[in-house]
Formats: sequence, structure tokens, C-alpha cells
Amino acid sequence: MNASVPIKHTQAESDLIDRFEAAKGALSGSVAVTALREAAVSQIRDKGLPHRRVEEYKYTDLRAFMKSAAPLAAAADESAVKAILGGQDAFGELERYRIVVANGAFLPGLSDLEALAGEGVSVTSLTDELAGEHGAQLLASPKSAANDGVLALNTAFVQGGVVVKVKEGAEISRPVELVHVAASAGGQISRSRISVAKGAKLRLLETFAGETGNGEINIVFDYDVADTASLVATRLIVGQSDAARLFTSIATIGAQAEFKSLGFIAGPRFIRNQQFINFAGENSNAGIYGVTMARDEDLADQTLIVDHAVPHCNSREFFKTVLDGRAKGVYQGRINVAQHAQKTDGEMMTQALLLSEDAEMANKPELEIFADDVICAHGATSGQIDEDLLFYLRARGIPEDEARTLLVLAFLAEAIEEYGEDDVTEGLEARVRDWLAGH
Amino acid sequence: MPAVQETIDRVKAIDVDQYKYGFVTDIDSERGAKGLSEETVRFLSAKKNEPEWMTEWRLDALRRFMQMEEPDWARVSYPKIDFDELYYWASPKSVEGPKSLDEVDPELLATYEKLGIPLREQEVLAGVEPKNRVAVDAVFDSVSVVTTFKEELKKAGVIFCSISEALREYPDLVKKYLGSVVPVTDNYYATLNSAVFSDGSFVYVPEGVRCPMELSTYFRINEQNTGQFERTLIIAEKGAYVSYLEGCTAPQRDENQLHAAVVELVALDDAEIKYSTVQNWFPGDKEGKGGIYNFVTKRGDCRGKNSKISWTQVETGSAITWKYPSCILRGENSRGEFYSIAVANGYQQIDSGTKMIHLGKNSSSRIISKGISAGKSQNTYRGLVSAHRKASNARNFTQCDSLLIGQDCGAHTVPYIESKNASAQFEHEATTSKISDDQMFYCLQRGLTEEEAVALIVNGFVKDVIQQLPMEFAVEAQKLISISLEGSVG
Repeated sequence: MNASVPIKHTQAESDLIDRFEAAKGALSGSVAVTALREAAVSQIRDKGLPHRRVEEYKYTDLRAFMKSAAPLAAAADESAVKAILGGQDAFGELERYRIVVANGAFLPGLSDLEALAGEGVSVTSLTDELAGEHGAQLLASPKSAANDGVLALNTAFVQGGVVVKVKEGAEISRPVELVHVAASAGGQISRSRISVAKGAKLRLLETFAGETGNGEINIVFDYDVADTASLVATRLIVGQSDAARLFTSIATIGAQAEFKSLGFIAGPRFIRNQQFINFAGENSNAGIYGVTMARDEDLADQTLIVDHAVPHCNSREFFKTVLDGRAKGVYQGRINVAQHAQKTDGEMMTQALLLSEDAEMANKPELEIFADDVICAHGATSGQIDEDLLFYLRARGIPEDEARTLLVLAFLAEAIEEYGEDDVTEGLEARVRDWLAGH
Repeated sequence: MPAVQETIDRVKAIDVDQYKYGFVTDIDSERGAKGLSEETVRFLSAKKNEPEWMTEWRLDALRRFMQMEEPDWARVSYPKIDFDELYYWASPKSVEGPKSLDEVDPELLATYEKLGIPLREQEVLAGVEPKNRVAVDAVFDSVSVVTTFKEELKKAGVIFCSISEALREYPDLVKKYLGSVVPVTDNYYATLNSAVFSDGSFVYVPEGVRCPMELSTYFRINEQNTGQFERTLIIAEKGAYVSYLEGCTAPQRDENQLHAAVVELVALDDAEIKYSTVQNWFPGDKEGKGGIYNFVTKRGDCRGKNSKISWTQVETGSAITWKYPSCILRGENSRGEFYSIAVANGYQQIDSGTKMIHLGKNSSSRIISKGISAGKSQNTYRGLVSAHRKASNARNFTQCDSLLIGQDCGAHTVPYIESKNASAQFEHEATTSKISDDQMFYCLQRGLTEEEAVALIVNGFVKDVIQQLPMEFAVEAQKLISISLEGSVG
């Protein structure tokens, strides 16, 4: 695309540009933040929403999908949020602390701030921080995500979110659930920074509840894992929804640190879950896992760039996709190894199981390697349920439906088991069964 | 583990400045006007006595080319090519349809001698019937000079001639198939080629005929500043078989030279085409100056049931390589294969791979790609495997292995794997490393030393692909990669 030729805006793009003009007064931020927002809108104005001619969005044409852009959701009503939260139990009985972001803004009243403070976790509102002196730093993008359209959309419109800081050496006894609630219709644009200081350990649960109708959800999680710290983030996106669901993770990993994440997706009509993982210190490990289920006309996209910028780091990427109906699954993963990042060990695997004739899978596992003493590998497979296995189970008296369910469960379980965190993931089998049963 | 000293020495030994085939033959040649325009195309077409429809076909391509933008998605960088600074026609002056080798300019023959052709030629001249006969259609710059074995091929009914000749002698065949695999507007360089292609080979193997010998063309880029635009068209009728060998060397030059070839293969029911390439054009000097730009479109169409197309390539030359020999697996049970060794050294940039497009039921494909990067080179494998809705039970197996030697090079893998059919089974694996610990462990267990183990494994690493080459070619290929990869990976 030639940037010098003005593009013809789609309805959604015009909506977004108009909306920005109308909303910019209400969107918080210092002068520097406002400049970033303006630049992001210019990007949308010049290049439009990401479309299939943009390599990173080759299979995920957001521009074609978004027919219009809903106005940003108004501030949430606390009682409505409460009602929604009462009706959802993403992790059942699991004991956890909760932080609530509703309609793109932090709701301190419904968050367990005192208990968290007791464990060494501070939580503040992103809206407030953006107005402060260092606001612009909270909207920084990693190099590998430069010019990313989804991130630009977020920067332009971000309403709020939280800044979570875990103090040095603190090991949080329970997982912390960061729940995003769509309490009413409209776009929900938020961004949260989660900083885990030296030696601290945090297990984060990311859940989403509420409105499933119109209105894009665009959420950025920006993780900062300091030297010797550990962060485990489990993201659960279940249930049907019509508008685009856009999730971005940015992780900066210090030395001798651990980062692990699982993206569990079942149900949305159109979802992109993109992650930009950056190693900033040596001798660190990252494990990025994905479990995706899609059916009907759904599109589910898991995209990943792991930047090995420093030596002696290991990364493991393991993604499983199950597709039914006319669904389309996308996996794009890239491991970058910088010239001096010797002794990198990167291993990426993506596997897809197609349950129906019309399902589609696009795998694009990439390696980009500039260092010579590394071990990097990737694998990709796609196929249908093995008839021999099915026959084996049926021969043992297991009805066909149950046999298929078992095989799908076994297929997905490989990634979940490797991810570990049994207490968090034990409920996921039931969710897979729910999905297979059509819920 | 890092590259061992031996490896580094070996790579140094084949350093680019020691390019063996860097010579220029001093022969008068006739050139057309510089620049790309309708006049150039008309001049070219007229020079070649082409039929009217061909001239129009070229002009149509040129008009489309003028509207296209140069693609920039490949991982290669080079100064922009000024198409108006190129000559689109060059032919050795001495050529006026020589009837035998005696009539050929001795300097040309000397050139071939340097290229290593004449052993076979001498046999032919001496009347020796060699065991493995190879027909050579030598392309010296743009005009086919010598075609041997023509008579014998004729007996079998095989047509093997230059495409210019085919245009005169078999216009219907050419018209039917030209551009049917690589359409005129397929891509930027294919379109350019369609407008100004100079010459190339034409092969037609009739129904049920197994071509009695391996066909071979040595392309030779000789004249300074003449882009070479080869056009090759190979048709295997029902049940036919042909093996085609393409080998390239080029003289040392200061200026970059453009080579934008198009190769089209058509395999009908039960036919098989085997296309092997050894490419060793000038890769540029130590500073990365000069060298050939190799922007090639190669595509095979498995049109018939049970047809098979196999690409084998050994790429050691060219400053910039941009080529993706592909197979369209249209026929039921058709099969595509791609075996590749790509060696990049110095400042070479390679962006190569394949496309396997599964359209027919039970079609299968196999991709084995071995990339080696050394010096300051960049070596990218870029490939597509796709199964369309109707390609039930399509199968693909892909393996791409990369090897890095030294700190300043890069090895990249960019595979696209698109499955639109549940019964399609795709497997892809890629590694970038030295040698797997498992392999080493296995060998060491059996009492080999580390060096022996590395030698053994690397031997296998290359032979996967080398074995796919016809015998005479395999020897030559091994010579060309002289790295003799044994012991060089480690």
C-alpha cells in the first residue's frame, strides 16, 4: 500500500476518526499522552484498520470484519457490575483476589485492595497515571509491535485500566483475578500495567464478563517482569460475542526471571490474541501456551512474537487449535534471535484438529535467526481426528460422541498439562466439554 | 555448539573471491537498443522472426508490466534496478545457424570447456556413444547455439529445441501452453519476462514416451548489462517421462546483472517431470559488489491424474536469489516434490522456497530444504503449503533445516501452512541449529568420535537432496558446493 495516496475510509474507520474528535476532550492524559493518541489516530487515518494486505493481518482482516465502530461505553454502574460478577464464576471455588475493570475503567470499590496491599500489591488507576508526569511511558510499545494497528486503536482510545505493582520479594499467596466487565454496550478500551518487582511472584488470572453484543473490546496487558521475578498469566476468554475481541500482551522479562502464559479461547465470533514477548535479561524462561476452539463462522487468531534479544534464554511455545463448522483458525508465531543472543533455545509447536469439512487452519510458524549457536525449532501439523483412535475407543464400547470428545480433550490437554498450574486449569476440561456440547 | 575450525576453514576455502567461473569470453556480440519500451519489444520480436500473435502477447505483457509495482516483501535488499539501463537483446555475432560444432566460434567452445561441458561434447565429436547420454542445448547469452542429439530425440518423438525455434516450428503447441502455468501477470518479474524473454528451452514429450536421455541446458550469462530473460516450457503428455537438467555459471562482473527467468512445466495424466538445477552464478565479490540478481518464477502444473513433478535445486551462486519452484497439484493422486540445498556465503541473499498448492484429491507433496548461511549472508526459506476445499486426503511433509556458520549471517524460516480441508494432513518441521543432540548421542554411543559423527550426519544432511539429482549432475553439484559438506556442520 502506498501511504502517500489517501485511502478511502470504511464506515468503521470514519466512525473511529469522528469519534476521536468528539471524545478526545474526555480521554485522559498528559500532553505527551495526548500526542501519542493523536499519532495513533493519524495512523488509522493514513493506513486504515489492519487488513489482509498487512502481512501480520494476512488471515485476520479486521478492516473487512468491522462494519462500524460502536461509541465508547459510558462509565459503568457499580450495581450492574456487581450483578454480572455474581453471575460469573470463571474459576469457581478457587480462592483469589479480585481487581475489577468495568467499561474500560478501574472500579476500586469492587476490588480487594486492602487484602492486596497486605500482600505487597498496590493497585492504581491508569486514568490517573496517564495524566501524571510519566503517563506516556505507560503507553510505550515494544519494537516488535511498532505500527501494530490493534495497539494503535488501543492507544488512541484507551479509557483506563489499572497499574498493578507487586513489591520486591513479595510472593502473593493467592492468584489475582483481573476481571474486565462490560457492564453496558459500547467499545471497551483498556490497558493495564502489571509490574512484578525483583524476586516477587504473581499468578494472574484474566477474565472477561458481561455484554456480548456490539462494541469492540480492545485490551492491552503490559507485563514487566523484573530480574528473578515470576509471573504466570492465565487468560480465559469464553462465551460467544459478536464484535471484535482484540487482546494484546506485551511482556518484558528481566534476568533469571520466569514468564508463563496460557490463552484459552472458546467462543468469540472474531478474536485476535496477540503477544509480544521480549527478553531483556539473560538466563530467563518463557512458556507461551494457547488453546483455541472455534466453530460456526468464527475466526480465532493467536499471534505471537518472541524476541530473544539477549543470550541464554529459553522459550517454549505450544498452541493447540480445534475447529468446527466453517471456523477459521490462525496461528502466527515468530521467534526472533538477535545476533548476540547466543545459546538461545526456542521451540515452537502448533497443532490443529479440524472437526468439520469446512473448517480452515492457517499456520505460520516463523524463525528469524541471526545468531549461530542456537537451537531453534518449530513444528506445525493439521489434520482430522485419527479414525484408528476413534475405532479403538468405540471397540471398547465408548459411544462415538464421547469417543470424539475424549480425543479432543486429550489433544488439548497436552498443552494444558505442559502449562501446569493445576489448581487454575482444573476447570478447563469442563469448559472444553461445554464448548463441544455447543454452549 | 559453535562451528568448528575445520568448517570455518572450508568455508574460507570457497570464499567468494575465488570464484572459479569468473571469466569473460571476448566475442563480438550484437545488441539491441538500451531501455525498455514498445520499440525494444518489437525489435526483439522482429529479430527473432516471431509470429504476430507472439509480438502482441509480449506487448500486452509490457503494458501490464508498466502498471505494476516492484514487490518488496522478500527478505532481500538491493539498489533499485533501472530497467531503462538494460539491454534486452544480445546475440553472439558468429551465429547464423551453425549446422555442426565445427561451425561454432572456437571461443564459444573454449567457454564451454571452461564450464566443463566438452567432455561429453568431445565424446560426441569422436563418435563415442557414451553410456549416459545427455543432450545439451547450450544457451550462450540469448540464442541457442548448439543442439546435439537432436536426431535421436526426434526418433523418439521428443521435441527439444530453443523456444524461438519452437515458435517457428510448433507455434500451436507453444500457443497452447505458454503462459498457462505462469500467467502473463503472475508477478512483476514474470510479467517482465513475458514481455522481453530472449530465449530458452522447449521440450515436448509425446504420449507414452520415456525420454531416452536426460536433457540439459547450460545457461550462460555473458554479455555485460544484458538482462537474461529465459523462458522454458516443458510439456509431458500422458504417461510421458522427462528429466531436465539446468546448470548455470557466469563470468565475473562489476555491475549487477538481472536474470528473470520463467520456467513452466505441464504434466498430464501419469506423466512425470524431473527438473534439476545447479545454480552457480557469480555471487558478488568480497565486498558484496556485483553478482547476479536471480529473480525466477518456476512453476509446474500437475494437470493430470497421477502426474508428478519434482524440483531439485542446488543453489550456491547469485548475489540475490528470489525463487520459489512450485507445484500446482491439480490432478487426482498427483505428487509434487521439492528438494533444495541453498548455500549462502559472502554478502549473498537468498529468499527461496516452494509452494505446494493442493487442489486434487489424494495429492501429496514433500519438501526437503537445507539452508546453509555463512559470511555475511542471509538465507530465508519461504514456503506455502495449501489445501483447497476439494483436496481431500492431501498430504504434505515439510522439513526445513538451517545451519549458521559465523556470527554475521542469518537464517530464517517463513512457512505458510493453510488447510481448508479437514482430511488434509500436513506436517511441518523446521530446525535451526547444528546437529541434534540425539543424533550425536546415537553416533557417539556406537563408538564414533565427535568429528566422525559430525561427518557422518552431515553427509546424510546433504545427500537427502543430492540423491535426487541425476547421476552426472550429482557429481557436478557436489563439486560446485565443493564445501563437501562432510564435516562442515558442527
